[in-house]
Amino acid sequence: MAILVGRDTRLLVQGLTGRAATYHVGRMIAYGTQVVAGVTPGKGGRMHLDAPIFETVADAVRETGANASLLFVPPEYAAKAMIEAIEAEVPLLVCVTERVPIIDMVRVRHALRGTRTRLVGPNSQGILSPGVCQAGVMTTVNATPGGIGIASRSASLTSEVMAQTTLAGLGQSTTVGVGGDPVHGLSLRDCVELFIADPDTTGIVIIGEIGGSEEEEVAAYVAATRPRKPIVALVAGRHAPPERRMGHAGAFATDGGGAAAPKIAALQAAGVLISWNAALVGQTMAEALQG
Amino acid sequence: MNLYEFQAKELICRFGIEIPRGRVAGSAEDAERLARRLAFPRFAIKAQIHGGARGAAGGIRFATSPDEARAITGQLLARPLVTSQTKPSGERVRWVYVEEAFDIAQEIYAAVVVSRSTAELELLVSGQGGGDIEEKALADASVILRYPLVATTTAAEGDFEGAAFAVGLSGPLAAKAAEVFAGMARLAVELDATLVEINPLAVTRDGRLVALDAKLTVDGNALFRHPALSALRAQIQVEEGDPKELAADRHQLNYQKMDGNVGVVCNGAGLSLATLDMLIDAGLRPANFMDVRTTASSMDVAYGIEVVLENPNVAVLLINIHGGGMQRCDTVAEGVGVAMRRLGRTDLPVIVRFAGNNADFARVRLTASGVAFLAAADLSEAVEMVALALTQEAA
Repeated sequence: MAILVGRDTRLLVQGLTGRAATYHVGRMIAYGTQVVAGVTPGKGGRMHLDAPIFETVADAVRETGANASLLFVPPEYAAKAMIEAIEAEVPLLVCVTERVPIIDMVRVRHALRGTRTRLVGPNSQGILSPGVCQAGVMTTVNATPGGIGIASRSASLTSEVMAQTTLAGLGQSTTVGVGGDPVHGLSLRDCVELFIADPDTTGIVIIGEIGGSEEEEVAAYVAATRPRKPIVALVAGRHAPPERRMGHAGAFATDGGGAAAPKIAALQAAGVLISWNAALVGQTMAEALQG
Repeated sequence: MNLYEFQAKELICRFGIEIPRGRVAGSAEDAERLARRLAFPRFAIKAQIHGGARGAAGGIRFATSPDEARAITGQLLARPLVTSQTKPSGERVRWVYVEEAFDIAQEIYAAVVVSRSTAELELLVSGQGGGDIEEKALADASVILRYPLVATTTAAEGDFEGAAFAVGLSGPLAAKAAEVFAGMARLAVELDATLVEINPLAVTRDGRLVALDAKLTVDGNALFRHPALSALRAQIQVEEGDPKELAADRHQLNYQKMDGNVGVVCNGAGLSLATLDMLIDAGLRPANFMDVRTTASSMDVAYGIEVVLENPNVAVLLINIHGGGMQRCDTVAEGVGVAMRRLGRTDLPVIVRFAGNNADFARVRLTASGVAFLAAADLSEAVEMVALALTQEAA
């Protein structure tokens, strides 16, 4: 099964004709991902990587039955492209674009409200269900089909944990990069909820880091629902060099200070297993599953 | 992108918010000349740095004559200002702001921020503003009142009147404060500001509402639609950025110097942070943070290695790369090879951990380039090798 992307995923790519998209989507197709359409305004009617190009997302969905969109759109136009896909009722959007303005993301979140669309990203490496579907720019070198669901704020640590869980013989059901920007779509908590409901996922890894409060949200959710599947968390940045502050508002943020220690404490109190450093994630999960 | 007070004030007054009359001065003579021309009975002389909490640190002083303004400015410009919000070595003071000083009846705190958790703008206000607002809020969280805002295409809507009454104002002053709050929200949306803070927003003894200080952070990712601010950033960077960190940024590297002796090069912020955590847990001290971005070429990496090794404290170099879909190990290996050959540093122990995309190829490539290195199989081994290399060096 896996979550979010699987065998039934029919992917359209917004911005398919660009250079980076051409390179990465080529790899995704070679991996076995069904790429059914591209959308590039002004280039409708052409073929690219054997996929038909459309002027609009709505056209692409109507003609090809696409049910997910991967966005390789420059930051200036990313929000507009996301909103177009939301209005076309695409169930899943994955945005890899970096440097999208934050106010634009506030508007995208407005557009998402009351819809059935799920957004992953922006500034996400994407989603990978090993052996089945790659919707993103991650490496698949150490990916193996298996039972561990990985939800992560860091692309590089996802690669690391993917390799460790493969080495431990566990494999992965799905890896999700929620994206590194302050305002984004799906949260770590949302991923945990999906992984808990997924019968193929036997254990869940959360890769957090300093900043924001997503790890605390996971802790609150786990404390309230007490899932039976083991959850292992890694929070990077315990010894990060301090950031220079400006003004007082940061101290009043509802998000908490964003430091690693309170995140780890909250997760631990909720019964989440802590991997004390990045090298121990695979081992910690393997031990928990043997339990 | 953080703006100085004088830059922030210039922007906020375009949104209908009253600021004291004043000018920026870059020397004691300038300050004296300005004070003579402005001819206020009392002047506030304010050090221009990005960090806050200036008042308590002596960065805001008062003068009653142009001569005094000159003397104070000379003192403020003479040394870096250290506050609770700056790094321990402080921030260099390049300018002071000379403005009219007011008799204050009440200090209000107001800020518009983007809340990560609600993905919305939020107005924070308090009737007890001033330099010690954080201490007050720490003692009693209800000191800060929160109002959700909803961003529209050109502004943001919220209960600005309610906020004005809540900080203890009434009548025309409350109406004026509501306008100020609305102006701050409009500024946040129009100029892509992620922080608009006015503290204090002063009620003066003569019944005016004046923004005595302003802090503004503009979203660096939105500068493409604000060419004037983009130019301002270029100017700020040239004048006060750390040249090494800026050059690294142009080379697609995030670099920050630290005070240890282990040079560290990683890819991705997460892996970089996690590597620092492991080194420090093992009792080792990183000499820097360096994250090779996905967009860095091998020549960028070579530049980065040179920057790391320019630091004379570096006694061992750790390269920890987990090759991903966008940054492959062999790209980094090529850069390491180029830099080490160019520098001719055969004395330095180099610990290399390559994993993920093209890891094997990268090790072959680095060997072929003639660089002597120790290959670590995983993160833990890499950290152990660093520790061992340092012990051997000490022996």
